[in-house]
This record gives sequence, structure tokens and C-alpha cells, in this order.
Amino acid sequence: MSDRIEKRIELKAPLSRVWRALTDYREFGEWFRVKLDGPFVLGEVSRGQMTHPGYEHVKWEAVVEKMEPQRLFSFTWPHPKSHEKADYPPDYSKEPSTLVEFRLEKTANGTVLTVTESGFDKLPADRRLEAFRRNEGGWAEQIKNVEAYLAKNS
Amino acid sequence: MRKTLRRTSRRRCSYARVFAALGDETRLTLVAKLAKGQPSSISQLTEGSQLTRQAITKHLRVLEDARIVRSVRAGRESRFAFDPEPIAEVKDYLDFVSEQWDETLARLKSFVES
Repeated sequence: MSDRIEKRIELKAPLSRVWRALTDYREFGEWFRVKLDGPFVLGEVSRGQMTHPGYEHVKWEAVVEKMEPQRLFSFTWPHPKSHEKADYPPDYSKEPSTLVEFRLEKTANGTVLTVTESGFDKLPADRRLEAFRRNEGGWAEQIKNVEAYLAKNS
Repeated sequence: MRKTLRRTSRRRCSYARVFAALGDETRLTLVAKLAKGQPSSISQLTEGSQLTRQAITKHLRVLEDARIVRSVRAGRESRFAFDPEPIAEVKDYLDFVSEQWDETLARLKSFVES
């Protein structure tokens, strides 16, 4: 695994319920803590304002990439390294835009949701880490940490 | 967003740039060499490599821009030294983003299960 964060969570709710919570802009806003201006539309920019305590100054902006009913919802958004008020607004030209994907699968008890966020770019892919290790074995402690992190999330 | 990033991580390094800089085998090799020990000159870094001095210099510039490496003067020569901080910051950052997702998804869970 490489430049991505992946989370998997089991939800005791039917697929249709989860799909609605993800794609209805008001419902999404409830748990994501953002007040969106309007519905998510495929290929269009979604705008709004964060409502998460302490982050109310942060604008929400994302482009809806995919909406495959009951299966996949995805968007890209700028992911600056800090949302702290003192750093706001960030210089978006220097920050990556990441892709966030929500994938749904029906299970006996409900729904499994897998969320991935990718494109922090270009975090070294595993084969590169492998090459690095082969090369010297002289890793700095910090690089080991990155590797451990990646392994944990692969 | 409960936890905030370390103050130092705001300083100057661009994460995207660090990620991009590390996404190349030659550069990873250079970082590995430099992380091991003493600051090295371009000649030392070119030794035993298939690459030309120019190519190595180009890669070092990319690492320098990402602040993973910095050049230090040693007499008439420039040497390159490893700075562990940007990579440590990247690690912190990914941990931070990961935690944010845990919190957000916990809220989604109680939202759809209630």
C-alpha cells in the first residue's frame, strides 16, 4: 500500500440507510460537521462551511467524482496540512488535492464501509521502500516510522 | 480534529513536496546514504552509482527543495546533509489525518445506527 489512508468500519444499518447518510447533503453535514450549500451533484463543486467546533472558519470545497448508487461515492478536495485559524487560508497551490472514496458492501448484519483517502503524493510506494531497505539498511528512525505506518495501513 | 499537529510542522515543509521527493528510487538511495552518516559531497554520492554527477545534482536539488537534505559548505566544496524533520512531519501528518477519519467515522456510525 502506498500513499493512502484506508479505514474499514462495520455499520449496523442497511446499505440504503448508509448511502443516504453519505450522499444526502444535509445528512452528510450532520456527521461530517459541515453546512453544505446544496445537494451533491456528479462532476460539480460542492461548497459549504465547516461546523466542527473550532474549525468554523474553514470553507468546505470538494468536487464530486463518482456517485454509483449504493456502491461508491467519491470526491476530491484540497487537503492542506493545517486547518488551524492562524494558518488560514492555506496556500492551496502548495497542497495536494486528495481523493476520498466511500465504498459500501452489504453484509448479513448491515453494511461495511471502506473509506480511502489517497494522493498525498507521492508517498513512496512499497516497492520503493523495499528498494530503500535493500540498499543500505541505514534508515533513519523517522523513515522507519513512515514504513511502519504504511504497513499498518496496507 | 481534536488533536492538533505539532507546532513545528507548520514551519515550512510542504508535505506534497516531501512525498513527491521520496517517490523516486534514486532519491531514496541518496537519502539512505545521507541518513547513515556524514554529510557527503556530490563526488562521494556519485561514486558507485551509474548516474552522472549532473543527474545526482538534480536529484539532490529536489531533496533540498523538500528540505530533506541541506547543503553545507566544507571549505571549497558543498556537502549534503540529511535532515530527518520533514519525514518525521509527514509521519505525524498521516497519523493526524488517520485519527481525524476515526473520529468522523465514529460519528457516522452513531448517526446511522441511532
